[in-house]
Amino acid sequence: MSATDQLEAPPGGVGRGDSGGPMTRLLKSWRLAGIFIPFVILFVVLSIASAPFLHTANLINILDQQASYLDIAAAGTLVLVAGGIDLSVGATYGLTTVIAGELALHGQPVLAIVLAVAAGLLVGLVNGLIVTVLRINPLIATLATSFVIAGAALKVTSGNLVVLSATSSFFRFANAQFLTIPSAVWMSAAFVAVLALLLARTTFGRHVVAAGGNAEAARLAGVRVNLIRVVTFVISGGAAGLGGAIDTSRLLSAQAGSGGSQLAFTVLAGIVVGGTSIAGGEGSVVRTAIGVLFIALIGNGFNLLGVDPLYQQIVLGLLLIAAVALDVWARRRRR
Amino acid sequence: MTTGTFEDPPRAARTPGDDLVVAGVSKRFGGVPALLDVSLTVRAGTVHALIGENGAGKSTLGKIISGVLTPDEGSVSLGGEELALRSPRDALAKGIVTIAQELAIVPGLTVAENVYLGAEAQHVGFVRRREARRRFRELAERVGFRLSPDWLAGQLTTADQQKVEIMRALSRDASIVIMDEPTAALAEHETSALHAIIRSLARQGKSVILVSHFLSEVLALADEITTLRDGRVIRSVAATDATEETLIEGMLGRSLGAAFPEKTPPPADAEVVLSVEGLVAPGVRDCSLEVRRGEIVGIAGLVGAGRSELARAIFRDTRVQRGSVRLAGRDLGGRGPHHSIERGLALIPESRKEMGLLVGRSVKENVSLSRLDLVSRLGWVSGTRERRAVASLLQRTTVKVTSLRQTVSMLSGGNQQKILFARAVMCGPRVLLADEPTRGVDVGSKRAIYDLIVEMAREGMGVVVISSELEEVLGLAHRVLVMRQGRIVAELEGAAMNQQAVLAAAFSETSDNEHQGV
Repeated sequence: MSATDQLEAPPGGVGRGDSGGPMTRLLKSWRLAGIFIPFVILFVVLSIASAPFLHTANLINILDQQASYLDIAAAGTLVLVAGGIDLSVGATYGLTTVIAGELALHGQPVLAIVLAVAAGLLVGLVNGLIVTVLRINPLIATLATSFVIAGAALKVTSGNLVVLSATSSFFRFANAQFLTIPSAVWMSAAFVAVLALLLARTTFGRHVVAAGGNAEAARLAGVRVNLIRVVTFVISGGAAGLGGAIDTSRLLSAQAGSGGSQLAFTVLAGIVVGGTSIAGGEGSVVRTAIGVLFIALIGNGFNLLGVDPLYQQIVLGLLLIAAVALDVWARRRRR
Repeated sequence: MTTGTFEDPPRAARTPGDDLVVAGVSKRFGGVPALLDVSLTVRAGTVHALIGENGAGKSTLGKIISGVLTPDEGSVSLGGEELALRSPRDALAKGIVTIAQELAIVPGLTVAENVYLGAEAQHVGFVRRREARRRFRELAERVGFRLSPDWLAGQLTTADQQKVEIMRALSRDASIVIMDEPTAALAEHETSALHAIIRSLARQGKSVILVSHFLSEVLALADEITTLRDGRVIRSVAATDATEETLIEGMLGRSLGAAFPEKTPPPADAEVVLSVEGLVAPGVRDCSLEVRRGEIVGIAGLVGAGRSELARAIFRDTRVQRGSVRLAGRDLGGRGPHHSIERGLALIPESRKEMGLLVGRSVKENVSLSRLDLVSRLGWVSGTRERRAVASLLQRTTVKVTSLRQTVSMLSGGNQQKILFARAVMCGPRVLLADEPTRGVDVGSKRAIYDLIVEMAREGMGVVVISSELEEVLGLAHRVLVMRQGRIVAELEGAAMNQQAVLAAAFSETSDNEHQGV
């Protein structure tokens, strides 16, 4: 592929002008490889340090637990790349769990899934319109809507915990096994793959990148920036709805307060650790998925090794600072 | 604090001791030489111009003199003393100040606060306002600027902001002032004001190092001109011994030939491809114009006369209040740029970095952005088709890149501008609106862009060229429209199309109470 991209100079020839010192180049390639290298290192370290880590059950369990996070983070990557941010995913997830829970409780498993996703899509549409039509900063807009959504979720259940039974057909939605792997994992893998291709290989993806990289230039080049941004918010809301439905089925319970800011921030952390720029204009869904799993591995490793969970948070925080610092540094090199 | 040359009476400072001597300076970036064994002497009390194509090493040299970069070999000395600067701060302490292309003013502070930024007259941490204002007034009087110390710097014109920077430089007792393309963003009358300032600086014994693309400016201002090519000094000559031709020859290593390609006006009965009637939009007041197939129409006027606003209104990027735009006889709906592009209108915006390019993305993505539909099926981009299409567009627009994946921020200004042309060509427009098509572009690339514009017109496109460089408008256009205060005030053609007529139309009646100021 790269061979056909060359026009005149041989690969690695002069003319790039940005090559800088060896340290610069090392950091640059580290960034391109992104989170892969630390992920592999952590994986190997955990495999050696803890015997139970490599057990299939443990690994599948990690993926199962992360299914909804992977969905939501993959969609959140599109929002971030398009120059937005969606803090309302936690609240939307909470709302959709109770919608799915209540409907499943009343014997409507299909409707439970459909309406949970639809509610998410609707929230996304509202977020997108607030951001583009009212021109409110997405951080503030989605912070505000998350309060509204959380309130609505409480209204649905009157604050009660919804508990489902494992006999319902709704249970099979996320727990049906295929090749010993639960359907929740298959669904999130498929969702991540679709969004990854959407961002990297389609005209829509190019427009998302352009909208976030330079909205003015994108608009003058014929990109419908507002439309693109609304669509990314809709996808993000839909992903939160899907995540809510999956987790309600997986855990057989739903509560209005689940998700919340904790989920929103963890997902954001996964995206940023994956190397997607908070300033928009570049990012990768695959790297986000690795970023989310990287954070999950840290948690899993700390549990297996019996380390105080307190340190887990400290490590995560430091990691975030490192990831963002690297992004800022890389951008400055380019100017 | 000012006890240096500045307090001395003018014309007293021609002491040879204050000469700036650059000796055998080389600088490499990642193995690629940017400067090779560069030596030159900037004599005190003179204006010394550095010229060369983009990438010739002018800016690198400026950065070495101002301490931003350290040379790999060689030395810079001032008045016989080697400087060995490690930072711009070091340079400042030695009296070397740079006024960069991008101005470094704080828009929310007043003029006086900006001038004394970082060097405020203070008393136990409190800024002594009255003291600062007194010093400001003295300084303003000495340089002859009429700026109120209390105006907010952000509300000044670019030219006045530049004056603020110059005053800051002088307040720091600078003996060497480096100016990088100081007039690139200025209108003509602002430019001449700045020229007067540069001359007065030299008269006061300061040395001015002027980096500029404008050869007429260089010839008018400089005492000595050093030409750089590929990181080497080609020659340093007294300005009186140079002409535009010899300078261009030195920069390119060959003579340029005519500055503009030959004009081929369309036949008189050529079909009208763009017709604008009674257009009213922000900054545009009741504008009507027609462009024929194969015709190049120039729009001249002062900065702020509404030229870019007109282009953006035609392109339907801004909301149009009244009037109509017809493209090949068909009304162009007001649904925005994406729709205008579909209908056959393309815009090359005035500022390529802010409004044109995704600077952090690849050449390929930047070229294909407007017409991804041509290289994709059902929204799926075909890598092969895209590469093939972009490669042929780059060839046509003579863009030089090492790879289609190269980031556009790594390209020279000329190549970046050509990327926008490649994008526009890919749109296959009936009408091209080119706003400042050669701003910040080196001489060699300028000619290539002119050729491209002429070729596009010859193939049947209608082209509108907006430019602040009068020469460019006159050299390219078959017909010139002059704008003033949002209106088209003159239409010039044939023999009437000359510099005096354009300037007369652009300036007339503006002297009364309009915002052009100072």
